[in-house]
Amino acid sequence: MTITTNGKVGGDRVTNRLLDLVPAAPGKQSRKDFSSDQEVRWCPGCGDYAILSTVQGFLPELGVARENIVFISGIGCSSRFPYYLETYGMHSIHGRAPAIATGLATSRPDLSVWVITGDGDSLSIGGNHLLHALRRNVNIKILMFNNRIYGLTKGQYSPTSEVGKITKSTPYGSLDRPYNPTSLTLGAEATFVGRSIDSDRQHLTSVLRAAAEHPGAAFVEIFQNCNIFNDGAFDTMKDRDTRDNVTLRMEHGQPLVFGGDGGKAVRRAADGTLEICAAGDEGVLVHDAHATDPSQQFALSRLTGDSHGVTPIGVFRDVDVPSYDEEMNAQIDGAKERQGAGNLMSLIAGRETWSVS
Amino acid sequence: MSEQVREQVRERETRRLDRVVVRFAGDSGDGMQLTGEQFTSETAAFGNDLSTLPDFPAEIRAPAGSPAGVSGFQLHFSDHDILTPGDAPDVLVAMNPAALKAYLKDLPPGADLIVNTDAFTGGNLKKAGYTADPLTDGTVDKYRVHKVPLTSMTINAVNAAEGVAGLVNKKEAERAKNMFALGLMSWLYHRPTTGTEEFLRQKFKKRPEIAEANVAAFRAGFNYGETTESFSVTYEVAPARMKSGTYRRISGNLALSYGLVAASELTGLPVFLGSYPITPASDILHELSKHKQFGVRTFQAEDEIAGIGAALGAAFGGSLGVTTTSGPGVALKAETIGLAVSLELPLVVIDIQRGGPSTGLPTKTEQADLLQAMFGRNGEAPVPIIAPRSPADCFDAAIEAARLATKYRTPVFLLSDGYLANGSEPWLLPLRESLPDITVEFTTEPNHDGDFWPYLRDPQTFARPWAVPGTPGLEHRIGGIEKADGIGTISYDPANHDKMVRLRQAKIDGIAADIPPLEVDDPSDSARVLVLGWGSTFGPIAAAVRRVRAKGLQVAQAHLRHLNPFPANTGEVLRAYDRVLVPEMNLGQLRTLVRAEFLVDAIGYNQVRGLPFKAAELAGVLEDVINQ
Repeated sequence: MTITTNGKVGGDRVTNRLLDLVPAAPGKQSRKDFSSDQEVRWCPGCGDYAILSTVQGFLPELGVARENIVFISGIGCSSRFPYYLETYGMHSIHGRAPAIATGLATSRPDLSVWVITGDGDSLSIGGNHLLHALRRNVNIKILMFNNRIYGLTKGQYSPTSEVGKITKSTPYGSLDRPYNPTSLTLGAEATFVGRSIDSDRQHLTSVLRAAAEHPGAAFVEIFQNCNIFNDGAFDTMKDRDTRDNVTLRMEHGQPLVFGGDGGKAVRRAADGTLEICAAGDEGVLVHDAHATDPSQQFALSRLTGDSHGVTPIGVFRDVDVPSYDEEMNAQIDGAKERQGAGNLMSLIAGRETWSVS
Repeated sequence: MSEQVREQVRERETRRLDRVVVRFAGDSGDGMQLTGEQFTSETAAFGNDLSTLPDFPAEIRAPAGSPAGVSGFQLHFSDHDILTPGDAPDVLVAMNPAALKAYLKDLPPGADLIVNTDAFTGGNLKKAGYTADPLTDGTVDKYRVHKVPLTSMTINAVNAAEGVAGLVNKKEAERAKNMFALGLMSWLYHRPTTGTEEFLRQKFKKRPEIAEANVAAFRAGFNYGETTESFSVTYEVAPARMKSGTYRRISGNLALSYGLVAASELTGLPVFLGSYPITPASDILHELSKHKQFGVRTFQAEDEIAGIGAALGAAFGGSLGVTTTSGPGVALKAETIGLAVSLELPLVVIDIQRGGPSTGLPTKTEQADLLQAMFGRNGEAPVPIIAPRSPADCFDAAIEAARLATKYRTPVFLLSDGYLANGSEPWLLPLRESLPDITVEFTTEPNHDGDFWPYLRDPQTFARPWAVPGTPGLEHRIGGIEKADGIGTISYDPANHDKMVRLRQAKIDGIAADIPPLEVDDPSDSARVLVLGWGSTFGPIAAAVRRVRAKGLQVAQAHLRHLNPFPANTGEVLRAYDRVLVPEMNLGQLRTLVRAEFLVDAIGYNQVRGLPFKAAELAGVLEDVINQ
């Protein structure tokens, strides 16, 4: 097997210096510490249960004080998530969670702020906020549950539904071309983009861990099954018989190979796009999630089941760029240092005053 | 100016006036706002009372020379306290034919008209829409016209100035003509001049030759007044007798910005401003972005919704969340304001009103967002509303908005407008100890048998506890879905919803007991007509009331600062008069509210011309109502 790298495979593991600003948990925490007393009310069989369980299992590992974790959501099935976690939380309005989280995260660097959203919430009504939170690199972790359907409003097509989808609002088939959420967010200058699957606890945990350790905005797309309105949307990636042949598990620094016996791989075609080849072929690519230039990461995001018969999961991109929060707080600290703490009365008096006796 | 020149000035006839209104007008690139601002600074330094009204187009550079591109600045100054920027100018400085065309209709016969004759060329006349030269065809016969070749004299003065010749080109020299006009006006009204020279040298300190060119033009204008035969008199307006103390001049948006910084110090909470640029509110974002040493965070969001969303997120974390906007932005923020009502978190929503609907008149004033602030949300979503009455009052209004927001855990509307935002007046600086103590305490302990119930209310104020993330043991979730009274978990129970809707309303209604009663000004104590206003109409209404009283008529005046809830005695006050007149720069929004709330058949006087009321006009309306 010949492996082609883009010269140097980018730096060391990215660590989150921002996480050091969040107080540590006083002792060991368990899944139970993060389960609220609220009855979980998703439809039986919904993929959200698995994600909730994985997140509750992962949060103790973060090691930060429970009271310094905040989950903010928008509207939709997934957005009920914060109610079920014993942290601070806000169930806000449709599409706006990234904006609300931006205000909280930038004003409170001592908090670990997470956004829970869905494909309709974040890509349709809240598309603008998602793009801007990512480009600014605000220190928030956005978990986007993609079930490719509107569930809470009972089954209309979503911005990630396939063309021609027959739903209640599209009896003749939907006309919209869908977004590819990872391409979209890489295009929005996101510094972390990952993807995982609701039912794969181990893989989802690894992507959550990488997102948590990323010092800035992280976007994680989680394929989530809606067993009521769009059942089986990701079945080929879950089915034991098919999953290995249609899922590319990307790992930084490792060759991009897949297939039951690792027999298939990804390489660059003559026209610059990526193509599937045999693992033994010339030019198999090595995944570089830390590369500053996002070209290869973006090219990977273009691989889909429909176009190439394979869907990548894992971390597409994870680069260390100063976060918006750090820089905003540095400006404030710098101003205080240079000018001293502000004096209100001299501020309001200004430079031109006159006295009347 | 040398002492000798000053002596010569005094030899000419000097007329004493108690008040003067001047208006500078020219192309929007002519620097008229700067000229007006600087004349105002001289006037403030001299000790007059004053009030200003800038009037500029929405376009940054409308077609040069067209009436649409005219920018004006009006200043009213006096030897006594005044309330408005003045109805009509006593003197108009017209830098070009378009300025004359745009503003001549405002000039009363006999007023002084200073025109830049160099700009009255065939092309400029055509652009202004004149078919004949108005300076010679009888158009300006009714005025005392002073024809000044302002541009050419400016160029000559600049070219002759020491340290300037050869360093500035003709265009740069010509651009100093606004300083020539300022010099002439400074001479005509005996204004102090050293401040302006210092200002110019400071402003252009990176290009001293430009500073000297402007100083030369300024002096040339002053000296031209001295030597020309055109002006037979000069005018003096003595300093006003004002309350003792230290003053500065301030505009509404600046006062509002300072009020927010003060509110931060007084509450002990850092300001977080989430905002999207919009006229006429952007200046608050600009100003607050400078004051990082006060811990002020400013966030220029991707849109209006993100602006308020971020402010609300920061409020959840314990900041003083603020968003600033104008009417169209309020429309976009409505859903988030509703969320803040439901979450019961403090939030200050500042609306610098402008002409509407839609884009409307971005640079002109109006007060037509009252009903939007009052009702522009889904469901029963009451929000307190506060409106400042003058530019300086924006400072106190901002503090009051923060007080109510933090004490009652509610979004609060502050309704300013374009006139207050950009207008300015002298401000008697407050003393630190006169500012209210509005310190905020967060909840840090469980409040219900060892648990934390986020909607367990204070029995007096009905405010819910504010426990911020990072507080151990008080982890809780809040959201826009209806919550069970007390415990705050999701509840779809019909009786609970009815109770929560009424509780939220009662909380806001209860503020009436926490604000001053509506004061009535009626020296006669026997007036039968009350004039009721709100917001920026205070100045024109009070000026009209003075005029009416000066004629021996009786009228009572009351002005609302709190519009939701109204002060507790409002109904009683309104019902004590035979007639209630409500002048508003809208089609009757406060009138609608007082009629609905108090069954008082108030009379409206309404204008939506994008400009403040004129005192004389309002006085006439008042007289009509009194004499009915």
